[in-house]
This record gives sequence, C-alpha cells and structure tokens, in this order.
Amino acid sequence: MKKFFFYFFLLFLFNFSLAHSIENKNILKNKISKNIRCLICQGQSIYDSQSDFAVSIKLVIDKKINEGFNEDEIYNYLKDQYGQWILYDPGFNEKTLVLWILPILLFLVGGAIILKKIVIKKL
Amino acid sequence: MFGNQIGYYSLVLGLVSSIGIIPISLKNFNDNRKFDSRIFSISFLQFFFVLISFFGLVISFVVSDFSNETVYNNSHTTKPLFYKISGTWGNHEGSLLLWLLVLTFFIFLFLIQSKNQPKKYKILTLLFQQIIIIGFFLFVLNTSNPFNYLFPIPKEGLGLNPILQDPALAIHPPILYLGYVGSSIIFSSSLAAVVQKYVSKDWAKSIKFWILISWVFLTLGIMLGSIWAYYELGWGGFWFWDPVENISLMPWLSLTALLHCILVLEKRSSLSSWVIVLSISTFVLSMSGTFLVRSGILNSVHTFANDPERGIFILIFLFVLIFFSLIIFFLFHKETYGSNTKIFLLSKETSILLNNWFTMYFLSVVLIGTIYPIFLDVISSEKISVGPPFYNKLFLPFLVPFLIFMTIGSNLDWIRSEIKKIKKKIIILFVISLLISFLIFYKINSVSLTNSILFLAALYLFYFTIRDFLSKKFKNISQFISHFGFSLLVLSILLNSFFSTEVTTNLKVGERFDFQNGSIIFESIKKNNGLNYESVIGNFKIKDKKNKTTQLNPEVRIYNQPVTITSEADIKTSLYSDKFLVMNMVNKNEYFNIRYQVKPFMIWIWISGFIMAFGGIYNFMKRSNEK
Amino acid sequence: MRNKILLIFLFIFFVFCFFIFYKSINNTNSYKPNIKLGKILKNFDAIEFFSENEINSNEIFVDNKYYIINIWATWCAPCRKEHPKLIELSKKKSAKLIGINYKDNLKKAKKFIGEFGNPFSVILFDKKGILAIELGAYAIPETYIIDENKKILKKYLGALTNDNLKEINSILK
Repeated sequence: MKKFFFYFFLLFLFNFSLAHSIENKNILKNKISKNIRCLICQGQSIYDSQSDFAVSIKLVIDKKINEGFNEDEIYNYLKDQYGQWILYDPGFNEKTLVLWILPILLFLVGGAIILKKIVIKKL
Repeated sequence: MFGNQIGYYSLVLGLVSSIGIIPISLKNFNDNRKFDSRIFSISFLQFFFVLISFFGLVISFVVSDFSNETVYNNSHTTKPLFYKISGTWGNHEGSLLLWLLVLTFFIFLFLIQSKNQPKKYKILTLLFQQIIIIGFFLFVLNTSNPFNYLFPIPKEGLGLNPILQDPALAIHPPILYLGYVGSSIIFSSSLAAVVQKYVSKDWAKSIKFWILISWVFLTLGIMLGSIWAYYELGWGGFWFWDPVENISLMPWLSLTALLHCILVLEKRSSLSSWVIVLSISTFVLSMSGTFLVRSGILNSVHTFANDPERGIFILIFLFVLIFFSLIIFFLFHKETYGSNTKIFLLSKETSILLNNWFTMYFLSVVLIGTIYPIFLDVISSEKISVGPPFYNKLFLPFLVPFLIFMTIGSNLDWIRSEIKKIKKKIIILFVISLLISFLIFYKINSVSLTNSILFLAALYLFYFTIRDFLSKKFKNISQFISHFGFSLLVLSILLNSFFSTEVTTNLKVGERFDFQNGSIIFESIKKNNGLNYESVIGNFKIKDKKNKTTQLNPEVRIYNQPVTITSEADIKTSLYSDKFLVMNMVNKNEYFNIRYQVKPFMIWIWISGFIMAFGGIYNFMKRSNEK
Repeated sequence: MRNKILLIFLFIFFVFCFFIFYKSINNTNSYKPNIKLGKILKNFDAIEFFSENEINSNEIFVDNKYYIINIWATWCAPCRKEHPKLIELSKKKSAKLIGINYKDNLKKAKKFIGEFGNPFSVILFDKKGILAIELGAYAIPETYIIDENKKILKKYLGALTNDNLKEINSILK
C-alpha cells in the first residue's frame, strides 16, 4: 500500500513538473512570439497572426526551445535569418544608441531647465 | 450622379468662401469698427457648404451610388446600413472631408464662443485657421477628391474591410477627429495671441475651453480605438505601440501637458512661452500624424493605402505650418509677461512643471520610437523595428516617480505650501523612488520585483487621491475625477498584465483540453449566414477549478466582398475579469486553433478611461453653470 | 541673440527632418531582408517527396554543380506561373534543381507535378514550413542560387521574371 502511494506521489510530482515545464515552455514560446514581427502581415506579431508564416515560425520556435535554445539564442537565430527588422526589440548597439539615449538626454535637459526656474527655498 | 456634382461644387464654394472671407477680415482688422458680422456669416456659410458636401457623400454611400469612385472602392450593397454610413469616413477621402467639416465647424463655434474677446485676436485666429482650411481644401480637391466619377457605373462595390464593420470603430474616427481638429483652434488662437501680445490670464481662461474639448474627445477617441482593438482584433490586447496608435497618443500627451500648464498661466500668469510651444506642438503632432498615416511611410494594421503624391503634399503643408509658426513665435513673442513670477519649490506650479517634465519625456519616447526607424532607414538603409519592449523599458522606470509626484503634487497649494513636515519627506521620497526604480529595473532584472514597486506606486496614488479628496471636502472635483480615473487606469492595467493567463491548443469537435486552471470542452459547431458573410460558430464549455462553467461561442466569419476570413472572439465580461475565447481555422482541417485567456479587471481599464474623460466633461458643466 | 541661435538651430533641424521624410516617401515600403549572401547552407533533414522517406542534405548536395532551390506550392498562383521557367532551367546541365513543396497537400502536389512536368532532380516535402524558415524564406515563391560549396549566391523573391532568368543563366555559365 505504501509503495503504491509512493509511486503515485512520484507520478503526481512528475506530472505536475511536466505540466509545469510544458506550461513554462508555452510561456516562453508566447513571450518570444510576442516579440517577433510577422513579415507578411501589416504590423502584427507572430503571436497575434494566424498567417502561414506565423504558424511556421511558431513551430520553429517550438523546435528550438525543445533543442535547448534559450531566449536570446532564438532571437539571434531569427535575426541571422531575417535581419533585425523581425525583432520588436531594437537591441542596444551602435545603430540604436541614439534611439535609447536621446529620450534620457532630453529628460535630463528638461530637468536642468526646470531647476533653473524654481526658486529653492532654504531647506 | 447628381450627388457627385453637388458634393464637388459645394466643396469648391467652401474654398471660395475662404477667399471671400480673407479681404473682409483684413479690412476689419485694420479699421476702427467693431467685429464685422459678415465674417460671422461667411464662416457659417463655409461650414454649411462643407456640411452639404459631407451629407452628399453620406447619401451616396447609403444609396450605394457606385458612380462615385470612393463609394465604389469602399462600399457594397450588402453592407448593413449603419456601416454604409460609417464607411463614409472610413476611407482616406471621406476622412479628409470629416477633417474639413470639423475645421470649419470649430472656427465658427470659436467665433461664437469668443464673442467677448478682442476683435483683432479673433480675426487673426480666423485668418490662421483659414490657412489650415485652405490647405485642406486644396489637398482634397487636388489629390483626394471624394467625388470622382466612374464610368461605366459598376454594378457592385469593392466592399469595406470586415474588421472595420464594428460599432466602436464606426464612431472612433469622428470622436478622434474632434480631438485632433480641436487642437487646430488652439494652434490658430495661440499664434493670434502671440501676435497680439495677448498671451495672458484672460486669454488662458478663454482657450481653456478649447483645450478641454480637444482633450476630452481625444481621450475618448483613444479609448474607443483600444476597446475596438480588444473586442475585434482577437488577440486580447488593447495597446500594441503600433505607429498609428502612437500617433494618437502623442497629441494626447502634449495636450495633457498643455491642460496642466494653462492652469498655471491662468492663475499665476507664468509659463506663457511654454504654453505657446505646447499649443503649436499639439497641432503639429496631429498634422504629422495625418501625414505619417496617409503617406505610406509607416507599416501598420491601420494605414490607409499609400500614395506618394498625397504624402508629399501633406509633408509640404505640414512643414509650411511648422516654419510659419516658428517665424511668428520668434518675431512676435516677448517673454515679459509673468517672467518675474517666482515659482517656489513647494507649490502647485512646481508639480505642474514636474508633470510636464515627465509627460514631455513620455512624449519624446513615443516620438523617437516611432520616427527613428524612418530616419535610420533613409540614412543607413537599415530597417529596424521598435516595438513594445522598447516602450516598456523606457516607460516603466519613470512611471514610479511620476505616480508618486502626482500624489504629492495635486495637494500642494498655489504659490507656496508651508508645510514643513512634508518638505523633507517629499525630497527624500523623490530621491528614494527614483533610485529604487532605476536600481531594481536595471540591475536585478527581476520582473516581479519591478512590478510590485510599480504596483505600490499606483496604489499609493490611488489611496491618496481618494483620501485627500474626502478630507478636502470636495475642493476640486474635476481634478479629483480625472486623477482618480488615471490612477485606476494604471492600477487596472498593472493588475491585468500581472494576472492574465492564457492557454493555446488545437481542438476538434468533441475534444476536451485540460490545463492547470480548468478545462475547455469543444461541444459543437453551428453554421450560420449573416448579411454579407458565412460563419462557423463554435460552442465551448469552459470549466474552471471550482467546476463553474462558462459558455463561450467564438465565431469564424468568411466575408464575401472582399473575401476575408476573420475570427470574432467571444468575451464574457464581469467586474472581476474577462473570459476571452478566440478560435481560428487551421488550414482546412477539422481542427481549430483555440486561444483561451482570462484577463482580470479588464473592464476597469475602460471604466477608468471614461472616468478620466468625465473629469474634463464635469469641468465643462461646472463652467457653464458658473456663467 | 540666444533666441536667434535657437531659431536657426530649429530651422536647420526641421529642414533636415523635411528631407528625411521626403526621401522616405519615395522609398518602397516592402521589406526585403538583406539575405546574408555568402552564407553557407547548414545541413538539414527533410522528407523526400515521392518516397516520403527521410533524407539528409548531405545526400542532395553531392554533385559538383550549382544548385537552384525553389520553394513552391500548388495553392500559390505565382508559383504556377513560373513553373515553365523552372522547366527551362532544368535543362541546364550545370545546375541541379531542388524543389521544396511548402505547406501543401501531397496528393495535389503530386498531381500537379504529374500534369505540368517535374523540373526538379529532387523534391522535398515541407509540410509545416519549418524547412523554408530554416532557409530564411518567408513568402513564396522564392528561389535560391547556391554554388558547389553550399554558399548562397542569390535569392529571388516572387515569381522568376525573364530578367531573373538572364541573370541566372549568366551565373550558371
């Protein structure tokens, strides 16, 4: 009787962790899919699209996850195949430096202008 | 056919009215008499002509007059009546006619509403607005005529995209345009005020009306667009940082900043230059939006068909307006009014400045994110995408201090708050909140920690907004309503994004799918015929963990003209959460791809948006009662 | 003075913006991912069309010639249109045509080949479209010109035109 419960418990744990890992893989797949542009659609991610291309890419992503690729490796793979445009994250490199830095720069400049305007009473 | 003639010549007459109104206005500007009532009449006439033209187009759509090229391209005899009407503005030419309608209507309304304003200011506003109006007339008549003839007359039209046949989407453009075009009045009157050296408390009071109108409609318009995306597009999202969505957000951010600044100008006669800058930029952003959407530069679900000739026209028009306003500003504006007004650290003015600081930052993020790929493509022929990851990374860390400031700032008094205890707390709070949000976000890279900080800040704002309102005994109701709406919005969005779950699977009829929180049973299919489509409706039973069942019946529709397949999600909404089920056909199989999502607090996102807008509306009602 | 500098700066900035937008209007909007020409094809497994057995790319890329990979399907109208051109290309001794049947119905595809002729030395059946993606394709028809070292020389998007054929012929010489 004890053995039965023991094996049942193991099976349960296994099932739970399998379900959990399947759900984790799904979560990862969804996360990645939301980040990939559907190249034949007008401004949709492959997560949102049901087009042939989107369906196929989702299968490829599945395959790569099962082969042990992590998120960044999958992005790099797709970037190699299709160019940076397929990724919704523009990445941080010399071409996108201005893209990321400029808003922050403007924020700091704005702060400086405001500081000049305000009369700071003695603390 | 007759309608085409009426519509076209009505437009021409509208343009002629512009040419007529200008010399009369100039004469009236220079003479010593009162405001010439003829200007009034011609302005009304101009509006009336555009109205006739617009109705002409609507009627052409309703009777499916396919001798009209626009109707032919965008309508179909089997389209339901409501969508035939809304098809009028669901295309490029018709939407421009809507622009003209609101442009002419608003300037007429302006002349009525500003009866007691200085004559020269009114006339200049009219003249500047006429520049915009003439530009649009020329654009429509030369490149985008809604009344082109087709011969021989086709028997049937090419139909409208079925995704656009939705009630929310039908009224989304008119409401949005009221917002966009409202900003044209702000633009024209600001420039007029600059020339007349009338940028003052009194001017601020009068222009606040227009800022409010524009803001309320823009808020509602954006909300409707998001609601439509959620219910119609089938992916359960409501904001995607799509370029066209960004284009509606940018004027909204600028307008929100302006709305706050105009209060400073009104109460303390300060920040006059900045108010003018914001007025100009709001309308410039609206116009740029029009340009980007119609020129074909952007790749998006929403764009109209691209046509380089139209793009070039608007581009030139837009930059003429930009240079014109730059010249006027630099020639005429003298920052003497209110420049001696001191702004103290602990005052409402400061908190409004802080609001503007952050709002302008958010605006720059959206602007740069949208425009940068265009620049990069032209300069280095490299195409990159800027999507949600970019916006999320740049928005979220700044949201925390923004929310905290909003909490503190709305309580401060004008000029100076003397509460010594709060001072220290505020500065420390600011430093800490800034440090925390940056540190956590960049170093630890732990999503849940960031989220909980964000959530804490939103909750902080929410709690304090209510508490302060109750303790202050209803001091400023409209501010309370809108700020409360905003904090509720942030809270709902955060909760929704933290706790949404979804499962995707392929099922055929009779199958059952079990997942962690329940199971989906594909009970049956039913086939149906709508007015212009065939549909396949799936009947699903969803069982949750507590064995409660929900019936959901998503649909796949096959439209006939043009042949398009869409999926209509079935959504069960409750105050607590939305259950969202969408199904898609899988390549002529008997299997269907099912996506089931549970989205908590979804409806609160819409409710809070409307609450925010209502705050503005309440302010209207209050003002008209005061008169 | 400061105002004048600001004005001039803004002026120059907006003129710059104007030219960028002007140029971008005239650019075409369709995206052609810059296929890393010169990339070496990796090995892959696929299903052979007629036998429905698994086959490895090592068994395909054995000859010392050029390879032309064409991705097609019976449901793709431009693919049907370019079929005669493929038949023409198959007559060239210096190239081996490899077809990839993309997300198609095997029966229909076999019927199509039977009716209109088989220009391919070997056809691979890519039911789920995964192979096409591993090649870097995203819409069909697409045609790749590959040299004996499995290096991608050229890629054509859309049905082959007469100009494309001329170019291919000059490469194959």
